[in-house]
Amino acid sequence: MNELPQQLANGLILGALYGLVAIGYTMVYGIVQLINFAHGEIFMVGGFGALTAYLALPGGTTLWLAVPLMLAAGITVSTLVAVGAERFAYRPLRGAPRLAPLITAIGLSIVLQQLVFSFYPDAKKAKVFPKIPGDAFQVLGMTIQRSDLFLIVAAPVCMIILGWFVNRTRSGRAMQATSQDPDTAKLMGIDTDRIIVLAFAIGAAFAAVAAVAYGLRTGQVDFRMGFILGLKAFTAAVLGGIGNIYGAMVGGLVLGLAEGLATAYIQHLPGMHLFGGGAWKDVWAFVLLIVVLLARPQGLLGERVADRA
Amino acid sequence: MIVLSIAVVGALTVSACGSRDSKKGGSDGSGAGTTVVIGVDAPLTGDLSAIGIGIKNSVDLAVRTANATNEVPGVKFEIKALDDTAKPAPGQQNATQLVADKNVLGVVGPLNSSVAQSMQQIFNDANLVEISPANTGVALTQGEKWASGTKVRPFKTYFRTATTDAVQGPFAAQYLYNDAKKTKVFLIDDQKTYGAGLASTFKGEFTKLGGTVIGEEHINPDDRDFSAIATKVKNSGAEAIYYGGEYPAAGPLSLQVKDAGANIPVMGGDGMQSADFIKLNPKSQGDLATAVGLSVEKLPSAAKFIADYAAAGYKDPYETYGGYSYDSAWAIIQGIKAVAAANNGKLPGDARAKVVDAVQKVGFAGVSGTVSFDEFGDTTNKQLTVYKVQDGKWAVEKSGTFTG
Repeated sequence: MNELPQQLANGLILGALYGLVAIGYTMVYGIVQLINFAHGEIFMVGGFGALTAYLALPGGTTLWLAVPLMLAAGITVSTLVAVGAERFAYRPLRGAPRLAPLITAIGLSIVLQQLVFSFYPDAKKAKVFPKIPGDAFQVLGMTIQRSDLFLIVAAPVCMIILGWFVNRTRSGRAMQATSQDPDTAKLMGIDTDRIIVLAFAIGAAFAAVAAVAYGLRTGQVDFRMGFILGLKAFTAAVLGGIGNIYGAMVGGLVLGLAEGLATAYIQHLPGMHLFGGGAWKDVWAFVLLIVVLLARPQGLLGERVADRA
Repeated sequence: MIVLSIAVVGALTVSACGSRDSKKGGSDGSGAGTTVVIGVDAPLTGDLSAIGIGIKNSVDLAVRTANATNEVPGVKFEIKALDDTAKPAPGQQNATQLVADKNVLGVVGPLNSSVAQSMQQIFNDANLVEISPANTGVALTQGEKWASGTKVRPFKTYFRTATTDAVQGPFAAQYLYNDAKKTKVFLIDDQKTYGAGLASTFKGEFTKLGGTVIGEEHINPDDRDFSAIATKVKNSGAEAIYYGGEYPAAGPLSLQVKDAGANIPVMGGDGMQSADFIKLNPKSQGDLATAVGLSVEKLPSAAKFIADYAAAGYKDPYETYGGYSYDSAWAIIQGIKAVAAANNGKLPGDARAKVVDAVQKVGFAGVSGTVSFDEFGDTTNKQLTVYKVQDGKWAVEKSGTFTG
């Protein structure tokens, strides 16, 4: 049986997840040139927020009702944490050398992990996340999980909304202006502090959507899940061209595909049987990143220096 | 490999400090009315904490029992439980810390074979007895060359009440081939000492029996997305998966394989046989796992342990290794008892070294059966059980003694 269509589907679905998280890295970088290493943890708290909402609902609530509520709770928690982090951890360091906020971000990441670990009830091990019940769909010889439907719908919808927001709304255009030249934007009457908060909030909301998708997909959330996924999403953002929101999504998809195909096919290449399979997928993903950056240092779609958004 | 050599170099460096510490303050054990500490090293947080906390509680229960019955007259036992988060480096720091505490006369733990590797030298240099209730990596007691028949015990202070992968993997292979009639198996492991060991011993026996290993995969233990591998498994036409690894990855792996449409059982070792495996995996029905010893619930010798554990009111269950942890702690207590008895009821100055010798000779009826150790420090109890998930519980499928 030919497994290529299925592996492509697996890769694209995983890639959409990376892409959603990568948006957060790229938005924040585009506006304040900060790599927000705590973003993986923003994703993680979103997952726990959604889980809390699910556990608070009476048992037997249909997932048609539960998923939107979980989404709302996840987005609320993620956004609050991200905005709080911006206000209390990053804003005081706005004028400081670039290294200071970067280290702060790493510290914040550890703090958030440990807070969930210590204070969320029973979070020391993986928590069970609901899955959408029912059998998988068979489409053109591919098996698509019901739980993945959420991601398949949510990722494009989020991207379209974001594209519309950045290009068509007043706040979106203010965001583009701020990323091009913060000082001039300020002189033109744009409240740049508000725009920066907005960038953090949008990134966090996307991360929360991704966290719900991740939970539905794997059936679990745990306090460490943001670390690896955050790293992958950051890779996706760089791959696509950091600062470029479409690049983040493309980078995510390319990365997901690369992982899926590396797992499936590398070991069948002549002489490569030792370097294939699931254990090497991360290696091939990073090899791809290095090759792309060697050939196109600005990333696949290019770093948006003039019109970052 | 690089990671391993770093760990080994680290072990040597830290152990050097450890031995100095013990020489400085290790030799003033006094007599009656003394407090003896039994160290516990296990993952108390993180993915494997369900099992780790079971170990800690069971040792605690053994200590409480010994204190209540005045098992060793004049000696009061305490536990000192340290968290290794299932990683070698914290395990090594814990070992150094336990060695430095002169009241510690024995240690129960760790859970992971890879952690044990980083601790053995430190305990050996300090003459401190270490009994693992759970390590199944063969090389820990029989040396790196055990597979080629050259068995050399590397550390005289290291014992275990769990039986080894050399037994567990082949037992699973015999079950799958002879009892479940599966001839085509897909082999997956997580590249850790435990998982890779299980997978390779399983493969040896399964192919010897006439079965085919239809595909092999290695995963990273922190991965939770196995969709690409699940697709490969489905298309390989395998009749079962044998997974060498632990439940945090085994749960989603089994779930995603079944989601992908391959309705085949996943079989693993005792690292998979946790209640959390079923909790994390709504499609676990029919999955299999071997565990060392006989089912604790079924053993007459364990009835008291189960009742006492319930009566003690621990919040978490004793899990897979509860009985073995209790037996490990009890073996140390018995060793201390023998040492004290031979010295007019007092603990001698070099108690640690004497306890090691005494533990080598212990023999008592424990929770898991008769507890005693062979010349490698391995348990003489080589009984195993195959468990199957039925209606959300691990049910006993087959018990037996491994031969050959």
